[in-house]
Amino acid sequence: MAVLLDRNTRLIVQGLTGREGTFHAKAAAAYGTKVVGGVTPGKGGTTHEGWSIFNSVHDAVRETGANATVIFVPPPFAADAIMEATDAAIPLAVCITEGIPTIDMLKVTEFMQGKKTRLIGPNCPGVITAGQAKAGIIPGHICKEGHIGIVSKSGTLTYEAIHQVGKIGMGQTTCIGIGGDPLIGTSHIDALKLFADDPETEAVIMIGEIGGTAEQEAAAYIKAHFKKPVVGFIAGQTAPPGRRMGHAGAIIAGGQGTAKEKMDALAAAGVRVVKSPADMGAAMKEILGR
Amino acid sequence: MSGCLDLTNRRQLTRQPSVKIHEYQAKSVLARYGVPVPRGEVAFAPSEAADIARRLGGEVCVVKAQIHAGGRGKGGGVKLARSIGEVEQFTKDMLGMTLVTHQTGPEGKKVGRVLIEEGLAIDRELYLSIVIDRASASPVVIASAAGGMDIEEVAATHPEKILREVIDAGVGVVPFQARKLAFGMGLDGAAANKFAKVLHAIYTAFVETDASMIEINPLILTKDGNLLALDAKVSFDDNALYRHPDLKDLRDLSEEDPLEVEASKFSLNYIRLDGNIGCMVNGAGLAMATMDIIKLAGGEPANFLDVGGGANAEQIRNAFKILMSDANVKAVLINIFGGILRCDVLAAGVVAAVKELSVNVPIVVRMEGTNVEEGKRILRDSGLKFSTADSMGEAADKVVAQAAAFKADREAK
Repeated sequence: MAVLLDRNTRLIVQGLTGREGTFHAKAAAAYGTKVVGGVTPGKGGTTHEGWSIFNSVHDAVRETGANATVIFVPPPFAADAIMEATDAAIPLAVCITEGIPTIDMLKVTEFMQGKKTRLIGPNCPGVITAGQAKAGIIPGHICKEGHIGIVSKSGTLTYEAIHQVGKIGMGQTTCIGIGGDPLIGTSHIDALKLFADDPETEAVIMIGEIGGTAEQEAAAYIKAHFKKPVVGFIAGQTAPPGRRMGHAGAIIAGGQGTAKEKMDALAAAGVRVVKSPADMGAAMKEILGR
Repeated sequence: MSGCLDLTNRRQLTRQPSVKIHEYQAKSVLARYGVPVPRGEVAFAPSEAADIARRLGGEVCVVKAQIHAGGRGKGGGVKLARSIGEVEQFTKDMLGMTLVTHQTGPEGKKVGRVLIEEGLAIDRELYLSIVIDRASASPVVIASAAGGMDIEEVAATHPEKILREVIDAGVGVVPFQARKLAFGMGLDGAAANKFAKVLHAIYTAFVETDASMIEINPLILTKDGNLLALDAKVSFDDNALYRHPDLKDLRDLSEEDPLEVEASKFSLNYIRLDGNIGCMVNGAGLAMATMDIIKLAGGEPANFLDVGGGANAEQIRNAFKILMSDANVKAVLINIFGGILRCDVLAAGVVAAVKELSVNVPIVVRMEGTNVEEGKRILRDSGLKFSTADSMGEAADKVVAQAAAFKADREAK
């Protein structure tokens, strides 16, 4: 089962002909993912590394039956790429691109309202379902099939969690890097909802960062609805306040987005919160009693 | 409230750095979009300031120190001058002085330029700002009749005085929203009309310049019924600077840490801190987590340094150079989880950098992920003394102990 991706997913790569796109398309295929083609406007009709390249996402979906896309398009063009995927009604779009202007993401958010596509990211490592398929840059060889779901704002910290789960002799269902930008497609709560409905996922590791209030909202959701055990870690507990400029951000957030606020909220919701990033695996082992 | 943290600033530690500019630059950007601002010019010398004051005419001028921080008034960075002589004197006093405010940190900021502005007869002081709200994924306008003071304190003690309007990004500010805010602040019909124009102009500026924050505090209503931005703080989204070459030029590098400026040339995300354990990590989240675990182990990180996911040997060398330019560093922790960045590439880069820069402080390396065995072999065969660790916890304990030992050893000599 797992969530978002499985061995039957048909994945296209937007920006497949670029350096990163090529590298990660090959890695995904090597992992067992059904990579069925690529999109590079202007290169439609050609092939690249054996894959058919299309001018548009519409063409690619029509010709290949793709139901997921992973986006490796440079920042100035990434918002456009996400909206094109949305317009083609592709169910899952995973955007890896780092550095998309926030104003562009505002437009994307607006555009995607009420449409069928789920966005993961941007500025994220993507999604991997252990032993089945991956869309993004999470190294496949560190994952192992199992029953732990992982959702994280941070890329390499996701790898760290995957590694620790492996070290305690367990494995993962699906690992979702949701990205740490101010505006993202899939939130912690959205990911938790997916894991709640997945019979394969027994427990979840949730990783957050300072800034915003998404983790507090997730805590409220967990308290009210989420029945599976959760281990939580928040990065940035020791981040210094730094030099300040205006005050508007602090007012609007409602809270201040500190690690402590988030950790307290999660703990109050019954999440096993670890202070040390080295303890995620051990804490999971402990709460599962194995 | 000095204990409050500003999220717009802390975004640099998460992932969204923003570029700050001076008040006079912010006003000139806003004026381009039709936001009324007082007449004034920037001066770099007292004689220049006097010339500007003469051109402005009038009886009163304001001399304002230009630094990238608020709270200047209390620190002596804003003065009312009643003659040309006073303008000259105040400018002389301010230029070169180190201004310490609640936003500069204890080290303060050196004043290199001042803004000379016409004095105005103020009737009321309002507050107006725009930021992006993550929760509603929309721009939000914040307004208050309690302008001119610490708005965070107002929000804490009198939350009812803070008005918010969520803007639909596809539609922009709708006139009724401007009226709602204006009447909510107790403005009369004529002033409300003017407010609607100002808000529209500020919102347009926000969107078109890719701002991450615009804050006008105070927005003043003059005795003769005009609205003007008496102060302005604007910062821009770093990610969008590629499409605003003119805004890029507004950056004042003297306001930034020289090592941070150097790091940004190599696309390294570096922030200098006060501790003595240098860290080199890939990924912002893991870098923050590494700082956390150093502190849990009883140490203090000297910096935040994210070398990014796709770093090559050259990047690693540059990162090491910047790390070691901080004289406080007594030990280094390298924590890399290789995904795209392969551990063998990292190890080769570290070995080359350590040899080239003759680094003499202890180095603890914790690597995991792609090609980790090859990476460990390169470190072992280098002939250099690295400590290795298999987990983050072990790495933190080792580096904290080694930093203390190195420091004690140095002090003994």
